[in-house]
Amino acid sequence: MTRTLITGNAAAAWGARLAGAEYVPAFPITPQTEIIETLAGWIDAGEMDCRLVTLESEHSMITAAGAAASTGVRVFSATSSQGLLYAMEMIYAVPGYRAPFVLVNVSRGVQTPVTLEPDHNDVLAARDSGFLQLHCATCQEVLDSILIAYRLAEDHRVRLPALVNLDGFYLSFTREPVEIPDPAAAGRFLPPYDPESTRFHAGEPVSQGVAVLGGAYYSYFRYQQHLAAQRALAVYDEVAAEFAQQFGRRYDAVEAYRSEDAEIVFFMIGSFSTKAKDAVDRLREAGQAVGLVRPRLLRPFPAEALRRALEGKKGVAVIDQNLSMGMGGVLHGELAAALYGRAGMPPVLASFIGGLGGRDIAAEEFCEMAAVTRRACTEGSTPPPRLLYTADELRQMRKLQTVAHAERMEGKTT
Amino acid sequence: MESGFLEVPEEMSDETITVYKHMKDLPSSRLLGAGTPMCAGCGGLLAIHQIYDILGEKTVFVNAAGCMTLLTVYPHTPFRGSWLYTAMASAPAGAQGVRDALDVQLARGRIKADEDLQVVVLTGDGAAYGMGMSSTSGAIEQGLDFIYVCYDNEGYANTGQQSSPATPHGARTSTSTGAQGFGGYKKDLFAIWAAHRPAYVATVIGTEPVDLARKIEKAKGLKGPRLIIALSPCPTGWDFDPRETVEIGHLAVKTGIWPLKEYENGKVTHTRPPSRRAPVEEYLEKQGRFAHLFHPRRNEALLAEIQARVDDYWAGVEESHLT
Repeated sequence: MTRTLITGNAAAAWGARLAGAEYVPAFPITPQTEIIETLAGWIDAGEMDCRLVTLESEHSMITAAGAAASTGVRVFSATSSQGLLYAMEMIYAVPGYRAPFVLVNVSRGVQTPVTLEPDHNDVLAARDSGFLQLHCATCQEVLDSILIAYRLAEDHRVRLPALVNLDGFYLSFTREPVEIPDPAAAGRFLPPYDPESTRFHAGEPVSQGVAVLGGAYYSYFRYQQHLAAQRALAVYDEVAAEFAQQFGRRYDAVEAYRSEDAEIVFFMIGSFSTKAKDAVDRLREAGQAVGLVRPRLLRPFPAEALRRALEGKKGVAVIDQNLSMGMGGVLHGELAAALYGRAGMPPVLASFIGGLGGRDIAAEEFCEMAAVTRRACTEGSTPPPRLLYTADELRQMRKLQTVAHAERMEGKTT
Repeated sequence: MESGFLEVPEEMSDETITVYKHMKDLPSSRLLGAGTPMCAGCGGLLAIHQIYDILGEKTVFVNAAGCMTLLTVYPHTPFRGSWLYTAMASAPAGAQGVRDALDVQLARGRIKADEDLQVVVLTGDGAAYGMGMSSTSGAIEQGLDFIYVCYDNEGYANTGQQSSPATPHGARTSTSTGAQGFGGYKKDLFAIWAAHRPAYVATVIGTEPVDLARKIEKAKGLKGPRLIIALSPCPTGWDFDPRETVEIGHLAVKTGIWPLKEYENGKVTHTRPPSRRAPVEEYLEKQGRFAHLFHPRRNEALLAEIQARVDDYWAGVEESHLT
């Protein structure tokens, strides 16, 4: 097997290329831009038969994506952070077209304050939109997930758009060895798009995105989307199994790492889970029964698979790389909802907020989280949510505040 | 020529060969279905009926939020062709996606030429003059092959006629209820669109069906961005009896308030310049939204200002023809 050293963004572009994307509505935003630049380069060089159009905003970009998918072509697009938020009206609108396509989001913290570095508040804002969500931890997984996402989204039982998420900087700009599948093999796994009856052409009129008058009709169509998203759970398992058979790489809806016999498990999504794996290995060496459980699929939420993975554990350290102001971590609430009231589920779900705006999570912090969770299990009480933040970081913050204060005072005296 | 209009000077003559010379030449097909929930006397629906008869059923209408969104309510549609609702701001981007996807499939032989569709954006003035301007500008800049039809009822009519960027100076709206009415000035969307140098821009009104038909016919025969603004007298929003729609439409043209014109190849041509312009009062006094200009006493200053603006416009047109 040949493996090539490429960034997460390049892996995403390869995913779109191998999927045979025919249309790419685009708009640049850091840290995603390299994806559309790479695709544009291939198209201009004649290496990829695809049309790329730069719209004037992400809102228009997602509108064009939904419209093109509704017209019967395979569509790919990519964005980040403010771009995803700017498009949010259409992110919620296009799933109802039931015209599948794949959107890559390169996670980046949302303002205010402005940052370029990653966390998951951007993609979680799309949580309830009707897009399926796949979350990646490695560059290889980015490429493979795009192929899987097309199969899943286009499946007759699903027909919903899918969002594939990777973290800005930590994956987007990090080179990792990636096995780029042979185009013929990719084509066998993912045959050309079949738009079924969802396409605009003369002779067979179609009305898309129409109004309804009355909550009961509205409820029907919204619930149809929900059922389709739920059906995607079983379809995902089929597709992932087929992928594993063909390419030898397994992507279960829930990845369980050394968690079989674990007492304490880390629960998180995204690239920082690779740091958690490293911490698990260290803690195991120190004799602690610690593991990692990572959902790849966030929508639909693989509740049953998570219950299987967490049954009998003493405690879970839920690490949220996001913050729902006035509530806490989003994943913590999601997991609690999946486990509550079921026999055999871990009694302690400790909540940790970390990695906001690209802030690192250090190895010793994983050890501390494991220790806090273990202590909570012994004491039989769930600790309050904690923000991962060191005394040194606070000192650095105080320094900046001192500078800011001095600058402001100087402006007043002159 | 009908009486009341100047003879079109030689340099302004319509060079295209048209099948629509007289009322009797207009299509009698009435393609758009009846029974829509539009208000009685809707000037927008009047224009859309006529436009649809000429564009035909090999079309996909890409709609933005507005009155006409309610044309298509599950499970009914008055269209014989297709429909795509997008959002208030991005109907032109929807048109881009549909057009590009049709082109991709035509190029790959997945659809045949006779399965192709004319892509038509349909929005009100709220989208065209305001929220949708960015996506329209983008679509024109891309050279998108589409027709944009804006039914301009001069306010956010579907939500109860609040002021929009298309509301005329002095009009009462549900957000401009003071003695002076709306303090802003109607945005010159024709000029803004024409500044992009698209293939075609035209103003029309449903009460001048021959002029409208010739312009839609011309637009249909061209490629690239083609944009139409249809002034749409609105009984509900402008506060007049539905039976007055046609008369008010005629007065909009006769008073010179709504200049019928077209832009092509860098040149603006007035297709129906009124010979002796009627005073704007004749148009204003028929509409409740301007009643405060006449009652309890005449607001001479505001009436004079509105008249002066119309006079200035036409003085500019005449000057440009002399030079």
